[in-house]
Amino acid sequence: MKEHHVSIWFLIGLQLAIYGILITGAGIYGLIFPPPPEQLTVLSNLHAGIWWGAIMLVLGLFYTVKFRPK
Amino acid sequence: MFSPSLFAAAAPAGLVSLGTVDYLVIGIYFIFVLGIGFYLKHFADTGEEFFLAGREMTAWIAGLAFISANLGALELLGWAGNTYEYGIMAAHWYWIGAIPAMIFLGLVMMPFYYISKTHSVPGYLLLRYGPAARTLSATTFAFMTVLMSGINMFSMAKVMQVVLGWDINFSIILSSITVCLYVALGGLLSAIFNEVLQFMLIWFGAALIPILGLIETGGWQGMVDRIKANVPAIHPENPNVDYTHMWRVMGNANDNAMGMHWTGIVFGLGAILAMGYWTTDFLVVQRVLTAKDLRAAKMAPIIGAAFKVFVPFIVILPGLLGLAVLPVHLVGENDPSMAHGGHSYNEVLPLMLARYCGPGLLGLGITALIAGFMSGMAGNVTAFSTVWTYDIYRPFNPNATDAHYVAMGRWCTVIGIIISVAAAYIVPMFPSIMTYVQALFSFFIAPLFGTVILGMLWKRATGYGGFLGLLAGVLSSIAMFVWYKTDTTHTALAYIALSPNASDMAENMYSALWSGLICFIVTIVVSLMTTPRPDSELVGLVRACTDIPPEGDYPLIHRPVFWAIIVGVICVIFNLIFW
Repeated sequence: MKEHHVSIWFLIGLQLAIYGILITGAGIYGLIFPPPPEQLTVLSNLHAGIWWGAIMLVLGLFYTVKFRPK
Repeated sequence: MFSPSLFAAAAPAGLVSLGTVDYLVIGIYFIFVLGIGFYLKHFADTGEEFFLAGREMTAWIAGLAFISANLGALELLGWAGNTYEYGIMAAHWYWIGAIPAMIFLGLVMMPFYYISKTHSVPGYLLLRYGPAARTLSATTFAFMTVLMSGINMFSMAKVMQVVLGWDINFSIILSSITVCLYVALGGLLSAIFNEVLQFMLIWFGAALIPILGLIETGGWQGMVDRIKANVPAIHPENPNVDYTHMWRVMGNANDNAMGMHWTGIVFGLGAILAMGYWTTDFLVVQRVLTAKDLRAAKMAPIIGAAFKVFVPFIVILPGLLGLAVLPVHLVGENDPSMAHGGHSYNEVLPLMLARYCGPGLLGLGITALIAGFMSGMAGNVTAFSTVWTYDIYRPFNPNATDAHYVAMGRWCTVIGIIISVAAAYIVPMFPSIMTYVQALFSFFIAPLFGTVILGMLWKRATGYGGFLGLLAGVLSSIAMFVWYKTDTTHTALAYIALSPNASDMAENMYSALWSGLICFIVTIVVSLMTTPRPDSELVGLVRACTDIPPEGDYPLIHRPVFWAIIVGVICVIFNLIFW
């Protein structure tokens, strides 16, 4: 009988967590070293990258841990 | 392999410019999809595993793959663009089109697809009507599917060229090799894994736009006020048309931007075209056939519908927000200003991405678009390889081993991709061909629904009736299209779409309605004149001859009908809110 493959939810969690780290990191970098005004996006003062990335990171970590291969 | 310098070399100039972290996000996506393909190769050895993912998917995975196969980037870009052009009426394709059809598939049709153990929709036609209906359906589907994959590929390359400045050849090669590898290696299982992954990326990549857009406009009412102020300048041909209501503008075809009466939406789209697409297009139905049991097979389309009912918030809403906030005025693809740097309706979503998304988020949004294109391509290719292997090739070589069919499936994937690449280069040389190919695809959808649903619900339907009904529906649909395209006096439009001012979209809806009705009538009349099969041969294929197995002793909350009612109620509420 074949071994069972890892859960798709684990892979999704892993990818979301990695993306969460990258996007949150990029958002924090932009907060510390703001880009020149001509490169700012609309509503950049809301720092969406930080909180959107954090949401992805938290959700990703939850799925990674809950569905990790045993 | 996917270093920033490689992308940068292929990116002279575009709508947006990506940073290192954006390229990293895109590169990680490619590593994941290819990694999944290589990892799952080990789990796709038999025909059942390669073509139907072992029929062991849970309702959640089958349901998300079902909706993801449809939620390609053409869908995202196209419907956001249609919203910019026609207003919130585009949401009809979700709330009167997709949702009722998906619920109908789950509750009424799925038991017969599943119990018959067919590998494909043409396979069901073989069991129910015989080889003639199967062959007509399979050959047209295989031909159209691979062409659609090519159009998908070219569209992706074109979008990447406009948005990022990437070379078209680079995008085609990158996407085709990636899809080819992960589908040929892991079969449908790999395609489904990637589709679920892509589904998540699409939501996370696109959901930020409506959130930030509504913050910028000060909420829904602020957005509506801005749209009313902007419409006379953006759409001078319809300065007084209401772009923010779905139903109250449909009492008269001249009162809305689509030029469509409500009967076209309710009967043409809701009753025929959407039903045809969601219940008989093997591209999406194949995903549900992978469910592990009958309850999962019934639940999967309901789960898909539960997500689909909210998709307008990441597709339609950005289109409306584009009308409200974008400083540039978008135009149709054929507008003369496109030759001088103008932006088309289809660019509304990338423009909104560029407006709100900084480093990292922009990469995520672009990754969502790439993921959407690749899931569309993979969906077409997996459906093509299954239909080719089981419904076209196997009748000529019925006694081959299972391993032989799997090998054929893998080679079909490669060949399908090669034909798709060829189509991606040939189709754009003849701009009208893209219109004709998409039209051809829709020629078969509306009549096929009549053929399949009569086969499932009416035991008197015969093989002759099914085949001739399908053929009559297809031929009448083609005849209406030719009449419409060659008529310069708008007479055809007045007859087919009930209004000389109807849009192409309205013509499609009414054409589907008439061809569907013709299929129904011919199937019924011919069946009544020919000899039906005995009931014993229709067990598992027709409702009146089949005892549907019970779903098991599950509480109400785990029953498909319960969630179908919940989703249906939400859908009705949305229709009322945006009436």
